[in-house]
Formats: sequence, structure tokens, C-alpha cells
Amino acid sequence: MNAFLNRLIPHVMGKLGELGTSIWQTIVMVAVSGLVSLVIGLILGVALTVTRKGDVLENVPVHQVLDKTINIFRSIPFVILLALLIPLTRAIMGTAIGTRGAYVPLVFGTVPFFSRQIEAAISHLDHGLVEAGRAMGNGPWEIVFRIYLRESIPQISRATTITFISLIGLTAMAGSIGGGGLGDFAIRYGYQRNQPDVTWVTVLILLAFVFLLQAIGDLVIRKTTH
Amino acid sequence: MVRLEHVHKRFTTKRQAVEAVNDVSLQVRTGEIYGIIGYSGAGKSTLVRCINMLEPPDSGKVYVDDVEMTSLSERQLRAQRARIGMIFQSFNLFASRTVRGNIAYPLQHRGIPKETIAAKVDEMLKLTGLEDKADAYPSQLSGGQKQRVAIARTLSTSPSLLLCDEATSALDPTTTHSILQLLKDLNKKLSITIIVITHQIEVVKAICDSVAVMENGHVVEQGSVFDVFANPRTRIAKQFIDSISALSKIDEFIANNDPVVSLEPGQRLIRLHYGTKSTSEPLITQVARMFDIDLNILLGDIELVEGFPLGGTICIASGERGHIDEAIAYFQKKGVVVEVIKQ
Repeated sequence: MNAFLNRLIPHVMGKLGELGTSIWQTIVMVAVSGLVSLVIGLILGVALTVTRKGDVLENVPVHQVLDKTINIFRSIPFVILLALLIPLTRAIMGTAIGTRGAYVPLVFGTVPFFSRQIEAAISHLDHGLVEAGRAMGNGPWEIVFRIYLRESIPQISRATTITFISLIGLTAMAGSIGGGGLGDFAIRYGYQRNQPDVTWVTVLILLAFVFLLQAIGDLVIRKTTH
Repeated sequence: MVRLEHVHKRFTTKRQAVEAVNDVSLQVRTGEIYGIIGYSGAGKSTLVRCINMLEPPDSGKVYVDDVEMTSLSERQLRAQRARIGMIFQSFNLFASRTVRGNIAYPLQHRGIPKETIAAKVDEMLKLTGLEDKADAYPSQLSGGQKQRVAIARTLSTSPSLLLCDEATSALDPTTTHSILQLLKDLNKKLSITIIVITHQIEVVKAICDSVAVMENGHVVEQGSVFDVFANPRTRIAKQFIDSISALSKIDEFIANNDPVVSLEPGQRLIRLHYGTKSTSEPLITQVARMFDIDLNILLGDIELVEGFPLGGTICIASGERGHIDEAIAYFQKKGVVVEVIKQ
């Protein structure tokens, strides 16, 4: 078996330890920046929705600022964002390289996308539900938590799945500025040293991640849709 | 119970302002079922939302149970709204919650013990005939069952007033009937006052005690259902009533010169209209015998409203000219409105 693998993917077999580290770094980057982005994105997405005109906490100036800021960050390509944010990253994390240096740009790259997904998830709810809630004496916060968030759990799960999957792509890019992880691994060996088997194995591992996340997401959506 | 005084509500779009509700005053007595009928766009849905202040009026006053809704703060208003039930055309159930969860919704997070909520939910399930659906999700229910859940949900806080916004408009006739029956039962059992918004005159006829007719934001006619049906004063009220009356077919017959309405010399086509609460004698046969004339009934549409016959018949009277005149005079003396349609 080992002999067979050594022939098939010689360069990978030579650095299994480093591959293991890269996989772990990717997992950590996705998990940490994903969770942080989820929390911030959820708050911003809800804020974006409830402050729009005619909604339960209408506040047009706040809505405008959020809307424009999210659009600006969404329109900056991620590789450029990585470079652009270096001073901020250094200020927050103490360093702009390595896995630690990747968190800040990853969060900035993910939050706007996720907020828009949340906004879409909540907007898709029938306005009649809000009216029913108000008629039963609900205040704005009750409507946010008991109707908006609760009733759009399947859509929010779908948004979360999509966000995590796109985050895997972003971590690979973060690797290009020395962020570590599988992207870094593939670029350093597969691309720069022309070891294509490294690229192939990396792709397969990333695919496995994506399929796993999609499967978990589908399961949650199925369980929460009635 | 509910009193509206000169209520106005205007919606402004970029191009124009629409007076959705224009100077409406009306009064709903405790324990009655009050119908508000009108075509779509008449302002009736806006009017009902002025009652629980989902749409606060621009001017005018709204009293519910002697509380002036229009003077309350947002917080007081929420407490007051919980005492006013509301159901909708589209049911507006929470898809993520079971029937039980939906009914419990308005009671939760109010500091009410779990056991009390569970008992109240069971009571509501029983009241609306949903015991076997307690753990189903709304997507598994039929339209009629969904509306029952909505009724159970809104009644779980024991409101004294129930607003129904086109509650049966999305339902088929059989289901409509069963929901109306349920509303009527609840009105009796819980002595809850009900305001029904509808564009279906059948709904008004089936369950309402009083009715207001709305057109272009105005209430153009109001009164007891019997009075309005018996003597509609406005064109729109007549239209609604004619729309379900078999008698309105006669206009078609006449327009098409149908052989049914072709008269022989001396015959007259007359419409008898029972509009007072007194017509319980066998008038037609009596008159035919008394004045020696024949009355051939072409169309008839008589129903009991509030226990009195309401409606009329259209018949061809034949006999001696003088006898027919006397017969008509006799009908009129008995409170029947007679109209000679063709002679």
C-alpha cells in the first residue's frame, strides 16, 4: 500500500506531517473566522433588515450606512482586501502573517456576504406573520427573535452552509500571503515547485470538506423545515 | 364595545394620496357579530386595522371597551392588542411551530406557568375541534384546519373582541360554512364580539347581526342585517344583495325577451318584496282565492333572516284587471312591496 502511494503521490508522501498541519490550520481558520463572521453577520443582517423603511425598527440613516458599507466591502476582491487590511490586522492580532494574520481579512471577506444572505432569508418571510405578531401584542424585539429568526432557521442554515463553503475558498487564498493551511501548502509545493500530486491531493481534501459541510447543512435544513 | 368617531386614514404614494378610510363613524354593540362589506379597495381592511391600531388613524377616535385606543402609548397599546383577537385571509401561522406551538405562542414569555399554558392550549384545541392535530405542522393541514388553528391561537388569550379580515375568502364553500358556524358558536359560547370584514354577502347573511357597507373609504349604509337586506338604500348595497338573489335573473329574462316572460293580454308581471318582519301568513294562496286571480310563480327567493322571511317572489298575475289592482292594494296593505315589472 505504502509502496503504491509512494509511486502515485511521491511528493505528498514525503511531507505527510506538514500536510496534517495544513489540514488542521485550514480547519481552525474556517472554524474560528466562520464562527466570528456568523455572529457579526447575523447581527448586521438583522440590523440591515429591521431598520429598512416600514420595518419593525425603522431607522433609515442606520440602514443606509449599513447598506453602503456592506456593498463597499463586498465589491473589493478578496486578494486585494488581504493586502488592504494588513495595518488593521497588525493592530488587532499583532501580526499580519500566518493563521493568526488570516482571521481579520477572512472575517471582513465573509461578513458582508453572510449579512446579505441573512437579509434575504428574513425578507423572504411573509409579512403577514409580522402583522399577526403585532396583532398579538408583540414588540419589535419579540418579532425579531420569535418570528424573524425563528421562522427563517431553514434559510439561515442554508446561508450558513454556503458561507462556510465559500470560506474554504477564501482560506486557500489567504494562504497566498502566508496564511498557512491547505491553500498555502498547494501553492508552495504544487505550484511553485511543480509537484502536481500535491495540488491533486489538496483538491481532493478540500472537496471532501465541501461535501461534508454540504451534507451537514442539508441535514440541518431537512430537520428544521416543516 | 367598539366605537369609531370620524376616523380618517390616508395613504400617500409618490403620485397621489388615497383616503383609504374617510370619516367613518360606527358603533359595535357588545356580543354582536358586525359585518363590514365592500369590494376590494373599499378600505375595509384598513378600517379594521384602525381598530387594533395596526394602522393608526390620521384623525378621529377609536374606542374599544371604553379604552381610547388612539391615545395609548406604544407599550399600553401592545397590552391592549393582546386583548383583541385577529384572524386573516392567509392564516399567518408559524410554519416552524406545531399546532400546539402556534396556539401557545401568545401565552409564552408572559410569565405564565407552563402547566397553565398547556391546559389553555388543550382547551383551545377542544374548542376548535383540533385535538387530533395538536402535533401536526401547519403545512400538513387543510385551509379550514389552518384557520381553526389561527382562531385557537388568537382566542388563547381570551380576548373580548375578535377581528376577522376576510377570514373565509381563501376557503371553499363547505369549509367557509364550517368556519362561519364555528365563529357563530364561539360568539354564543364565549359571548365574544366579532367584527367580520368580507366581500362575500353570503357571510354577512349567514352570521352577522349588523352590517356596514363600505365604498371608497366611506360607510355608505349601516343597520341591522334584516333592515339592510329588506330595504337597501344605496346602489352598492342593492348590488351585493342582488348578487345572491335568484330574483335578479328576471332582468336577464326580460332583456333577452325570454318566452317565460312573454305575457298574454291582461297579464301582469309583478315582483313581491317582503321587507317587514310580518309576512308569515300564506299570502299568495290567500290573495289568489280572495280576488279570484291566478298567480304563477316564476322565481322565488325567500330566506329566514333573524327568524323572519326575507326576499320575494316574481309572478305573473292573470285575471280581471280590477281584481289584479285590488290584489296589489291588498298586498301593499300587508306590508309587501309590489312592483309591476311588465304589463
